Amino acid sequence: MSACLRLCTAASCRSRGATELLEHCRKALASDQAQLRVKEVGCLGPCSDGPLLAIDPTDRLLSLQEVNGSDLETSLAEALQRGNDATGLKQWQPSGSRELSPDEPFLNLQRRLVLGRCGVVDPESLADALAAGAWQQLPRVLEQNDPPAVIEIVRRSGLRGRGGAGYPTGLKWATVAAMPGSQKVVVCNADEGDPGAFMDRTLMEGDPHTLLEGMAIAAFAVGAQQGFIYVRAEYPLAIERLRTAISAAEQQGWLGRGIGGSGFSFEIELRVGAGAYVCGEETALIHSIEGRRGVPRPRPPYPAEHGVFGLPTLINNVETFGNIPALLELGVEAYGTGTKVFSLTGHVQRSGVLEVPMGTSLRTIVETMGGGAPQGRQIKAVQTGGPSGGCVPASALDSPVDYDSLKALGTIMGSGGMVVLDDTTNMVDIAAFFIAFSREESCGKCIPCRSGTVQLEMLLRKLLERRGQVADLEQLEALCHTVADASLCGLGQSAPKPVLSTLRHFRGDYLALLPAAEVQR
Amino acid sequence: MSVCTLRINDHDLAVPLGTTLLQAARQAGIHIPTLCFLEGLSAVAACRLCLVELEGSDRLMAACVTAAAEGMRVHTDTPRLREIRRTVIELLFTEGNHVCAVCVANGHCELQNLAVEVGMDHSRLPYRFPQRGVDLSHAQYGLDHNRCILCTRCVRVCDEVEGAHVWDVGWRGEHCQIISGLGEPWGDVNACTHCGKCVEVCPTGALFHKTDTSEEKQGHPERLQALMHARTHQQWNP
Repeated sequence: MSACLRLCTAASCRSRGATELLEHCRKALASDQAQLRVKEVGCLGPCSDGPLLAIDPTDRLLSLQEVNGSDLETSLAEALQRGNDATGLKQWQPSGSRELSPDEPFLNLQRRLVLGRCGVVDPESLADALAAGAWQQLPRVLEQNDPPAVIEIVRRSGLRGRGGAGYPTGLKWATVAAMPGSQKVVVCNADEGDPGAFMDRTLMEGDPHTLLEGMAIAAFAVGAQQGFIYVRAEYPLAIERLRTAISAAEQQGWLGRGIGGSGFSFEIELRVGAGAYVCGEETALIHSIEGRRGVPRPRPPYPAEHGVFGLPTLINNVETFGNIPALLELGVEAYGTGTKVFSLTGHVQRSGVLEVPMGTSLRTIVETMGGGAPQGRQIKAVQTGGPSGGCVPASALDSPVDYDSLKALGTIMGSGGMVVLDDTTNMVDIAAFFIAFSREESCGKCIPCRSGTVQLEMLLRKLLERRGQVADLEQLEALCHTVADASLCGLGQSAPKPVLSTLRHFRGDYLALLPAAEVQR
Repeated sequence: MSVCTLRINDHDLAVPLGTTLLQAARQAGIHIPTLCFLEGLSAVAACRLCLVELEGSDRLMAACVTAAAEGMRVHTDTPRLREIRRTVIELLFTEGNHVCAVCVANGHCELQNLAVEVGMDHSRLPYRFPQRGVDLSHAQYGLDHNRCILCTRCVRVCDEVEGAHVWDVGWRGEHCQIISGLGEPWGDVNACTHCGKCVEVCPTGALFHKTDTSEEKQGHPERLQALMHARTHQQWNP
């Protein structure tokens, strides 16, 4: 492999000045005879150390956080004069930079299947993606021409939806495939909106072709000709890179009519959502794609039967589609239990995006990989699953992260947002934050969610202002159950979860807000 | 015609396939409270009053949109459902400004009747007293947002029956409001045909004839049903 600098210019590093550093690198390389090139790539992982620069072929990873742009330019030019091999780049260490050892747990405990090419390839270059192995599974699938076999592999892998609900992916595909009719639709739900979640953004910004290939394979398996990616407008870079990737894949013949010389046609359209959280709910998402007000409708009928424009529709999350090429490449055996991508944030020493084998313990992710709480602090809880999820207390950190263990703890895997909370956190405050989010994002169609979340937040604020009584706590709990039981869609049904889960694991935080005399009674 | 048998409370029923649980219950004389549902309009399952319990499932189902299936065991009046219905009514009362004594619909109001039915003599939750407006720009009718419960019957009747689509829902969540046209005053919306169907199907005093004073508004959903029957069966002389 020729020498190459890989600089992360995805959202997080970009916000820390990566594009300016990129310009300096380019200037330094302009006069280089050795033809070293600098490549813009997606997320390299430990975002809190960004902007990050990787150097090929040695795979050294540098944090450029404290590096001045012009210093970088000078020192890079000097290093290149010594040569881009052992004498130059191998020793190169611009002042202020810090090298991250490949043995750091954040890096070496990962198993990157979905993100395998993220941070490696230039997301704007199809040639680069092809060289790294993109678009190899689709032609194989087309050649074998056996859609049920593809679905069978997905079913046997045990892959479950990575969007939050964890529905078996193979079953969903088989249902859509079995629907009558020659016109079907595949939709990618890229409306990631949970506070603290940026896994889908990472894949779209870092390696859009994996998503497109996964969608194309899914479309072939279920018999769809039309695809939509529903992506939120808050992700301008992801949108830009998806647009570029879609048009490049069309030009190359991986999307469009008669793909790979076969009779299979599949087109993908981008739909940019205006930033309504509820539009991640699949029936609301369908309405929004159709150009209507994004509100959920009762299910059944499920989208598999009656989806976009009334056609049978397969809806999967970004990461679910992202798993497909890796699964087909490895086969069911080697794929094993698969992986889960998490975005680790909050009171933790190292935050970022990581992909670990399914079933890795929370402690491994939060303490070993993330470095645990800031100096002098203890971890109190880990919030998973966003506004639809709950808090895992520090005492349960040894639980494996999988669908069923988290459910037993009263939370969900969700899409993979993981917010670490240390002992300075008041859990009632956290509950109020998430209820406020759900109140703000309620579509207003059904009464329990529209009005219930407002009353829940009012009760929590009352407690936080120390105006609450024991009766308010009882009222809070009862109203949580009503909103959860009676709401129309998943957003309302799970909105009280952060409250119920904090009540379950951190009741003391609530009781501490009540008048002492009342609690003793 | 295929038929399925099911049990609602202690009634055994046989109904044609495709019948909703609400229709089945009504045929058997079992009362299930509803608010957003109105025969003749599409069902939206938004008010959540018609939720029922199915044996073997923890999930509650809206009777207005759930199809009867063979062997179903349905309960329509359990303590869990009664608590939900009372809370839903309380939530409606607390989010608007429902002052019955001076309301055009006092005595003929579906919300008021439901409050009596579920035993809501006071709300356990605080009233929010929102600032809301009244639109009197239309020559014949008025809209009082203070009394609107967002059942969207007006939206649906105008779209599905009259075909004018004057009404819609604007904004989101607690800020939701019924809007006419593109958020213009009702009187300025040229699409309005002044047919008054929205006023007739409104369950509260939110939409009213300007000539109505307190206790004088009577809703007429049966007129919609007669019209739908006539259109469906081409029988214009009942």
